[in-house]
Amino acid sequence: METLEQIKSRLEAAIPGLGLEIQCNGAVPGQASLVVPPARAIEAARFLRDDPRLALDYCSNVSGVDWLDRVVEEHARVTRVIDGRERVFDECRERRVPGYLEAVYHLYSMRLKHGPVILRQRTVNRVDQARVTSLTPVWRSAEFQEREAYDLFGIVFEGHPDLRRILMWDEFRDYPMRKDYVEPDDYEYEPTPHDDLKEKARRHYPIEADA
Amino acid sequence: MNRRIPEDVLIEALSTGDLVPESPSHAAVLPRPEGAPRTASEAKPHPIALGDSEGTLLEVAVGPHHPSTHGVFRMDVVLDGERVVRLKPVFGYLHRNHEKLGEGGAYLAAMPYTDRLDYFCSLTNNWAYALAVERLAGIEVPERAEHIRVITAELTRVLNHACLIGFLLQELGSMGTPIMYAFREREKILELIEALTGSRMMCNYMRFGGCRCDLPSGWIEACRDVVEALPRFLDEFENLLSTNEILMARTQGIGVLSAEQAVQAGMTGPMLRASGVNYDLRKVDRYGVYDRFEFGVPLGAHGDVYDRYMIRMLEMRESVRILQQALRAVPAGPIINPKARLRGFKPPAGEVYGRIEAPKGELGFYLISDGSANPYRYRIRPPSFINLTILEDMCRGATLQDTVAILGAVDIVMGEVDR
Amino acid sequence: MNLGKGILKGLVETARNFVGSYYDPARLVTIQYPDERRALPEKARSFPMLVYDGEDPEKGLRCVACKICEKECPPQCIYIVLDRDEKGRPLRRPKIFDLDISVCMSCQICVEVCPFDAIKMNTEFELSTADRFGSLLLHKMDLARPASYYLGLHPVEAGEVNARLAAGPGHAETKAKPAAGPAPAAGTTSGAKPGDSDRP
Ligand code: SF4
Ligand code: SF4
Repeated sequence: METLEQIKSRLEAAIPGLGLEIQCNGAVPGQASLVVPPARAIEAARFLRDDPRLALDYCSNVSGVDWLDRVVEEHARVTRVIDGRERVFDECRERRVPGYLEAVYHLYSMRLKHGPVILRQRTVNRVDQARVTSLTPVWRSAEFQEREAYDLFGIVFEGHPDLRRILMWDEFRDYPMRKDYVEPDDYEYEPTPHDDLKEKARRHYPIEADA
Repeated sequence: MNRRIPEDVLIEALSTGDLVPESPSHAAVLPRPEGAPRTASEAKPHPIALGDSEGTLLEVAVGPHHPSTHGVFRMDVVLDGERVVRLKPVFGYLHRNHEKLGEGGAYLAAMPYTDRLDYFCSLTNNWAYALAVERLAGIEVPERAEHIRVITAELTRVLNHACLIGFLLQELGSMGTPIMYAFREREKILELIEALTGSRMMCNYMRFGGCRCDLPSGWIEACRDVVEALPRFLDEFENLLSTNEILMARTQGIGVLSAEQAVQAGMTGPMLRASGVNYDLRKVDRYGVYDRFEFGVPLGAHGDVYDRYMIRMLEMRESVRILQQALRAVPAGPIINPKARLRGFKPPAGEVYGRIEAPKGELGFYLISDGSANPYRYRIRPPSFINLTILEDMCRGATLQDTVAILGAVDIVMGEVDR
Repeated sequence: MNLGKGILKGLVETARNFVGSYYDPARLVTIQYPDERRALPEKARSFPMLVYDGEDPEKGLRCVACKICEKECPPQCIYIVLDRDEKGRPLRRPKIFDLDISVCMSCQICVEVCPFDAIKMNTEFELSTADRFGSLLLHKMDLARPASYYLGLHPVEAGEVNARLAAGPGHAETKAKPAAGPAPAAGTTSGAKPGDSDRP
């Protein structure tokens, strides 16, 4: 199979203006991934599927990933003039990187028996613009898996034929796989003596817990 | 032996697995009644005459508590007379957010939970997870452990396929007999598994870099006895079922799936190969030590329920072949990589997707590590969940009784579908 | 058209199984539990127990309350409080050792991680009870079992453990990976030998 760099350059040649990015993989170098902009993801996906040399006809796995907002520390050397003299300072600046949600697709070719090529689509943020493009029109196997990512992560797949909750019930409001999900406080009494559970038990069942 | 298909024909008909999908398949030798559709493209769905008014359609919820739904699974079916117009599967009754549990604990802590995914095949679940983590952390597995993994995985495949055929027949109305025969054989295999792992179903046997404990004394011999007795069971099972006219009438030409549809919908495992696509991860990925054993990959030609049944029969025979070779070849040596650590295990930051050919299809684990002791992302690619993607297409135009057969042949376990 | 031939063939098969179930052990697999019982395999496991040496379960408990098992248990069903003397010095034994078997999933990870061979798997399985909570939360004394009982349940494994303990306390405490450590020399297991000789 071609290397990811070759695939990237061929994709960019076939679809002008498609900004791709390669994300390296520290642990398994052979499984680096391509980050595609959601706006043009479907064109890229069609190319990967229909190109005779790649023929990625099989989308094995679709997975949501949640990346929280994080703070990166940047060390920089700055020169400042103090009392008329230039002095060099080591300055540590903190920068907030907004979090995002990610949909990861693992593609294989059943015809040519190679793979995986890994595609990633990223949302703008985790709140009001958690949108990517559904690849279900290209690979039908993404249908339930995208629904699952919508259900558990709250990623909205535009163009999905039937985007409903799949594992949780329809009235459920939150997204349980997000990293900042808080469990509902519907504790049912059981006598496990861990301190935090005891505290909960006391709140819910004052009599049994003290007994 | 009174085998229905002569040995030489069968061997010729089985592909070697290294050939392209257009390899010869066994389907030419399968019995077909006159006039039944022979290929996927010939089979036309029954024309649906939609009633002119709303009132002619009937909406039925099949499940969640229905004996034919393999657990708590619901199909919302819209019927026109007896024909299915629309079918929406509803899952989640068994959802426990397994992936969140996996992310909440150490890497090792998720291992016993994988037993509970597809609770018929805990050993293959263990293997898939161990394989993914070993790729992530670059851990080598000793030869002896690799052979034991193959043996346990193939035993699991036999018991899964035998039971699935039993369940399928049960759902088709053959009350008791086939499933009891299958469970009788399963019992023998479960005893072996219990002697090896201490538990019949929740084995928790594999560790990163090997297996938890060594074979108890006399295990290889006991296993060989069970394996040697399997062909006789399979012959009997086939005598009982394969040419049964009722079974053929109920399953041939039902739920037909073409190869293109199957690939497009991400089908894997026996479901995919029944449609004639030659894709078996044991051959494609050559994980473990599968490349040392000789075995074929049975392929179907019609993609109907009967082919799915037949593929499983043939796969069990191939598993017996692998088992015979593997039992002869188990080398001495350590059972786990001495460098593997049980506590304080921290793989390097990065991500991995590892997959194996589980009895139900491709079972994959996608892990993202941030270098800490817990996986940052722990995702399972469940084969029985994804094999349901195209259930509606297979059932549209079929009668309600046929949807039971179609669902039964998909081979789902709700512990894995709902996770 | 030989309709019905396949059905007849199947009926012959059921007849063979029916008759065979009276004399063929391979077809006679049902065990009339609880009147009849199958011997449990050596590796069988149900729930953990605490092993003690000597006569007194209070004094002889091998557990030193290091809490490693509590930390590693996947469903967090173990709860340990370290015992201390009047001055507040740790006594290297548990004051409370509770195990909730309604949560425990018999995974054996606690056994594998315990560096002191103190917690082992029991094989008692007839534990049904009418009380949903109380009788399923086992306390230290419910869990304690003498070393001889352990030796009776798992002779091979307990033999290895005893040999290791006899080699000195230092050995027992430094062993990092109890159950999952490298296998004993392949010669002790029958798996390797017959396989090699059968190789074509
Ligand atoms: S790991 Fe062993 S010694 Fe430590 S608390 Fe648990 S049972 Fe006791
Ligand atoms: S067997 Fe597993 S679940 Fe039970 S106490 Fe031990 S570690 Fe916890």
